[in-house]
Amino acid sequence: MSVNTSADIPVSVPALLARNVARHGDKPAYREKEFGIWQSWTWAQAQDEIDAFAMGLITLGADPGDHVAIVGRNRPALYWAMVAAQKAGCIPVPLYQDAAAEEIAYALNHCGARYAIVGDQEQVDKVADVRDQVAELEHVIYLDGRGLRKYDHGDMTSYTEIKKTGGDRAEMERRTAALTYDDTCVMLYTSGTTGRPKGVVLSNRNVIETAKNSSEFDHLLPEDEVLAYLPMAWVGDFIFSIGQAMWTGFCVNCPESEHTMLTDLREIGPTYFFAPPRVFEGQLTSVMIRMEDSGRFKKWLFDHFMAVARRVGPAMLDGETISFGDKVKYALGNAFVYGPLKNTLGLSRIRVGYTAGEAIGPEIFDFYRALGINLKQLYGQTEATVYITQQPDGQVRSDTVGVPSPGVELKIEDSGEVFYRSPGTFVEYYKNPESTASTKDAEGWVATGDAGFIEEGSGHLRIIDRAKDVGKMANGSLFAPKYVENKLKFYPNILEAVVFGAGRDRCTAFINIDLTAVGNWAERNNIAYSSYQELSQHPQVLDTIAEHVAEVNASVAQDEMLAGCQIHRFLVLHKELDADDGEMTRTRKVRRAVVGEKFDDLIAALYGDASEIYTETEVTYEDGRKGKITATLDIRDAVVAPAMKVAAE
Amino acid sequence: MKDTLAPYVTPDGRQIGETLMDMRNITLRFGGVEAIKDISFNIQEGEIRAIIGPNGAGKSSMLNVISGFYNPQEGEVWFRGKKRPPMKPYQVARLGIARTFQNIALFQGMSVLDNVMTGRLNHMNAGMLAQAVWRGKAEREEVANRETVEKVIDFLEIQAIRKTPVGRLPYGLKKRVELARALAAEPKLLLLDEPMAGMNVEEKEDMSRFILDVNDEFGTTIALIEHDMGVVMDLSDRVIVMDYGRKIGDGTPDEVRNNQEVIDAYLGVSHD
Repeated sequence: MSVNTSADIPVSVPALLARNVARHGDKPAYREKEFGIWQSWTWAQAQDEIDAFAMGLITLGADPGDHVAIVGRNRPALYWAMVAAQKAGCIPVPLYQDAAAEEIAYALNHCGARYAIVGDQEQVDKVADVRDQVAELEHVIYLDGRGLRKYDHGDMTSYTEIKKTGGDRAEMERRTAALTYDDTCVMLYTSGTTGRPKGVVLSNRNVIETAKNSSEFDHLLPEDEVLAYLPMAWVGDFIFSIGQAMWTGFCVNCPESEHTMLTDLREIGPTYFFAPPRVFEGQLTSVMIRMEDSGRFKKWLFDHFMAVARRVGPAMLDGETISFGDKVKYALGNAFVYGPLKNTLGLSRIRVGYTAGEAIGPEIFDFYRALGINLKQLYGQTEATVYITQQPDGQVRSDTVGVPSPGVELKIEDSGEVFYRSPGTFVEYYKNPESTASTKDAEGWVATGDAGFIEEGSGHLRIIDRAKDVGKMANGSLFAPKYVENKLKFYPNILEAVVFGAGRDRCTAFINIDLTAVGNWAERNNIAYSSYQELSQHPQVLDTIAEHVAEVNASVAQDEMLAGCQIHRFLVLHKELDADDGEMTRTRKVRRAVVGEKFDDLIAALYGDASEIYTETEVTYEDGRKGKITATLDIRDAVVAPAMKVAAE
Repeated sequence: MKDTLAPYVTPDGRQIGETLMDMRNITLRFGGVEAIKDISFNIQEGEIRAIIGPNGAGKSSMLNVISGFYNPQEGEVWFRGKKRPPMKPYQVARLGIARTFQNIALFQGMSVLDNVMTGRLNHMNAGMLAQAVWRGKAEREEVANRETVEKVIDFLEIQAIRKTPVGRLPYGLKKRVELARALAAEPKLLLLDEPMAGMNVEEKEDMSRFILDVNDEFGTTIALIEHDMGVVMDLSDRVIVMDYGRKIGDGTPDEVRNNQEVIDAYLGVSHD
């Protein structure tokens, strides 16, 4: 059973499935909560389901090499449909279920999908809306038939019916056996912040090698449990719920509905868990609000033991030696606070937890680490089959993204951009050789589009910004606005920040206060205000923001490469940056160029000597009317910390 | 005026069956006040029947006559081809008529699940003793009832609030829980008293979809009272219009919309 040489490795996902059935056919492979009860399927049962559906697909007319689109929320049947498609020699293409109809149409057309397997009426409708634009789509297969009774079933069938149809088992087995290590395993569309989405082709080699390496890195076990709740079209979910689940043989649990995720999390108590920072942030906020409402004794108990946890917890996780007294205190805290809290959050059994996608606030990260939850960071992208770097147990910090994953080579170009080469490196962008060539060079190095550096000593990668945003200041030192902005945004009082400094001699910033947090503070401190604008210019608010900026400066100064990015002057904007005014994208990313142009008078003032400035700004109201707001804004000088090493001047 | 008795098929392909409920010359008085004056109409199996009218027209009284809460002084109520003698509401419920209320009538301190379970009351036959020790029939019944309830919870997409006390829910969800409780009874005829009252547009859209789905999926006959004309006209197969206790219109939404008496009642008319 040992898997030493590559010859022993099953070369496709269906082959892994067969191996799992042979190894532990009676162990639960999938669970889904339905009608209030967790239903489960063993590996053997899952294989039966997959086989039946694959044969049905072949009977329906699926040919090897066909693309099969999959749209819906995480459900075992949809995971089976993906593997069944592979067994029938087809290529599964999971799509985002919340994508707009045009986006779905684009993807369906681009991959030329003949079949779409969808979750329910909502997706059936979405596909029906664009049916006349997608010539190649022949048949839609749905899981949940509710509300579909009256639909024309000429080219639409239920999942159960396809499964019941059955078909030629020998043909299916022939197609499965014909799969090679270099055949396409799955095609995933990148979200495409710029231009059209691109179809990333991942081979069996990409998926299986990555699953193997990452499973071994974190010592994943067949007894592990995961909760599959992130979009199926996202590469991470494919690797966790199919790649690693198939490689290791652990159990994939699907929530009852998208709204029950937190309850289901608590009921399952996963041992291996992934969540974007916003999930951890949301949980922490709800804990803190509930603690504020609790009695004095409980609040005291919580505060006291959380202080102990913050001091001792992370060190314990990192395997450092801890005094006997601290051990006793932590054990007490575990009995009174940490244990029950983790249980409430559904995180009691976590052995390995990951967060990625965006920067996570250090205090959020530390909170979970303090509770004894082994939360780590990883850095990756679709083109790498997720993993580029990840943090090994015992070397976890909030400001790095870890060491290169097994098999991954890293290099940093002079521009600061991070490049990688790995067994997971994607095959190509489907039908897009130009983009493939511009992203992946002949030697297999792929540009990440992110700028970063490898920390001396620890060898950890630190990402500072998107490469295209990183610039140079007038004195030639590195300018990474996002890095500083993220640090600012970790403060609850600061909603948004925009840092300027490219080609300048020093950095300045616009800051947006968070009306909820600052408004709440004002209420508690009996500070009256009549508008966002008035609150934003309140002297005490400005003082608080100035303190935050000074703290950020002090922390930026610790970093020798980025010490030049300290903020010298800032102002608090009189309006929230808004997508309606074109200052942000709909996904709430600041449009630097637009902001710079629109508020050029304010920027000029930041680089001048004035201590206040009068400005007029055009705003668009929600109903589309335009108006003008005028304000006099205070400009504050910030406390700048001495740099550890002064950049060349 | 359409008063179809023969089964027919709606334009969207639903089969409408025989007459389920026939109200014949109903008159209801409270002392000297005549709330309902000599009204006749029927409800056919599988249809969505709306009762509309200005405030005080007697709509809710009509619904209460159907549900057995009021017994009319004159007239006959025929249900499934049989004349119904005067009954108590719980007896009517046993015939397979369930309802929701205009002002929500749920058990605020109980969970959503328990509230919906109460809808299964008429499907529980085990004795008190058996229920208390929860053995044999009582246990089997409870399991079967829970299964039905879970299907309703799944259908109305309220899984996430299954264990939440009803008192903590927002208004729109409470309305949905009420619908769930009524559905749990697996009624032949479902009476909805202003299911959209006080809802925002999104909640109304959700509720409309659920009403259509209930009708479509379970073939439940639905009689509803509603003020939102847009909703009524979109949802119902046939509409009864009442004014001052009289029936002034009865027919398809289009027929009713073009009925002069209805227009007068809604827009007002000068009496000279």
